Amino acid sequence: MSTRTLLSPAALARPRGKAAYWTVFTGTVLLFVIAFLFPVYWMVTGAMKSADEVARTPPTLVPERWQVSGYTDAWDLMQLPTHLWNTVVQAAGAWLFQLVFCTAAAYALSKLRPAFGNVILGGILATLMVPAQALVVPKYLTVADLGLLNDPVAIWLPAVANAFNLYLLKRFFDQLPRDVLEAAEMDGAGRLRTLWSIVLPMSRPVLGVVSIFALVAVWQDFLWPLMVFSDTDKQPISVALVQLSQNIPLTVLIAAMVIASIPMVAMFLAFQRHIIAGIGAGSTKG
Amino acid sequence: MTDTAQRRTVAKVAVHPVQAPPPAGDRRRRRLADQARAYGFLVGGLVCFALFSWYPAIRAVVIAFQKYTPGGEPEWVGTANFTRVFADPEFTAAWRNTLTFTLLALLIGFAIPFVLALVLNELRHAKAFFRVVVYLPVMIPPVVSALLWKWFYDPGTGLANEALRFLHLPTSNWSNGADTALVSLVIVATWANMGGTVLIYLAALQAIPGELYEAAELDGANVLQRVRHVTIPQTRFVILMLMLLQIIATMQVFTEPFVITGGGPENATVTVLYLIYKYAFLYNDFGGACALSVMLLVLLGAFSSVYLRLTRTEGESA
Repeated sequence: MSTRTLLSPAALARPRGKAAYWTVFTGTVLLFVIAFLFPVYWMVTGAMKSADEVARTPPTLVPERWQVSGYTDAWDLMQLPTHLWNTVVQAAGAWLFQLVFCTAAAYALSKLRPAFGNVILGGILATLMVPAQALVVPKYLTVADLGLLNDPVAIWLPAVANAFNLYLLKRFFDQLPRDVLEAAEMDGAGRLRTLWSIVLPMSRPVLGVVSIFALVAVWQDFLWPLMVFSDTDKQPISVALVQLSQNIPLTVLIAAMVIASIPMVAMFLAFQRHIIAGIGAGSTKG
Repeated sequence: MTDTAQRRTVAKVAVHPVQAPPPAGDRRRRRLADQARAYGFLVGGLVCFALFSWYPAIRAVVIAFQKYTPGGEPEWVGTANFTRVFADPEFTAAWRNTLTFTLLALLIGFAIPFVLALVLNELRHAKAFFRVVVYLPVMIPPVVSALLWKWFYDPGTGLANEALRFLHLPTSNWSNGADTALVSLVIVATWANMGGTVLIYLAALQAIPGELYEAAELDGANVLQRVRHVTIPQTRFVILMLMLLQIIATMQVFTEPFVITGGGPENATVTVLYLIYKYAFLYNDFGGACALSVMLLVLLGAFSSVYLRLTRTEGESA
């Protein structure tokens, strides 16, 4: 299916139009390869060069001798298994807590008519106006008071206070037809039962979106874990990379950077259709 | 519905037939039970919001007027935190850098994605390739992007100067030069975040009715005129939204200056958020950090409220 865009199909069909089209097309492909793929290639192969080859001018486009020692050294020297595992624990917990608490709260606000529900929703939406990073210092002090420093709970619980995801869920639940839920209640299903066996199965798309948002947010965050985890053994990979970047050979650091990128890039490639569609749809609907 | 399920339903209805409304006491008790259940579902989320959003927001304002050390007794100091922070030469540098960064990000990071989306929307081949590739840097952790570009910017062996040499252009100090450092960071941020912007523009461009272009063409409008009189007016709202979002996001920049330049050289890349971090974790001055936070909060809160108001009214009228 192709709809009319800036250029008419007729103009593109003419020989001159065709030539111009393929020129622009080739130029754009080249631009994308150089601007977005080449840096990634440079990173992946840079880690496979020897220490003096990576520092050489002019640089070599292809490693003279491919070696994986950069990757294995990064794995051992930088204790990547520990930091990767920390990141996984932090991301998985944030995801789970967000799904459980945000879904429950959104369901209550949407369907259970709690007293002061509108006031609570207003309070939640008001936090959208507060730039997250401007609150990191008082948030840090609260986490410190609760004795949660160097504890993954310090990532998990603040992640629940995500007005955007909660509102996304509430809006979705609002659209679910009332009579389906009422029918379930007539059948004697309790609130929890209705949520579990009626609402959640119908909400798979929005739960997928919230899950991706939650995982990406934790994996990509830097400032908050930098503040919360002073204990090196508890740090996620993003913080560890920066802390260790000073005293480590360049090839090893680059290898660690590649390894740190793999999980999110892999997830993106696996779910790219959904992720890309979500970005477009979410924006035009506002 | 299966047979057994149906039978079970029938049995339930038979046991609890719909009758006259129960007496008033019963009704009130049931309402209370309903409320208790509703709040049972709400409580986890409410506690998290209270502890990590509402309370910190209030606390930032309170601590901004206190001398505060963790574990110690806070002491009211009036506006002393503000005057101390104002007098700090880094304060002016941080705000100037942050505003310049935002402005440059709007100039560099705004026109490019729009033009890119415009071109991509015309291309009829390899659409999936373009979309995936432009979004790839967004999925690379920001810390990795920052470290990657720090390596590119290396004055001796970096790829950035190598590219300039290849093109027979003079080399640059990039992130190591006081006058080029900020621009270098804007380039990193643009590279890393452009994918999302491009995809949002693409979606907006696809929503433009083709007849408008057809009509403009019949009226003799050339390509540039069509962009000016059809494309830009039709995407005006998305452009405005993204501009506000970008201002809000770039004014909170931290990772790139922290990782690539450490605020230097000569404070050229100290941003407001970086300064907040320094006050809290280097100077142990939480009062000063909160005073700065409140300033950032007020300024960005104003932008956010404009953004939310616009999206809401537009969403209702659409």
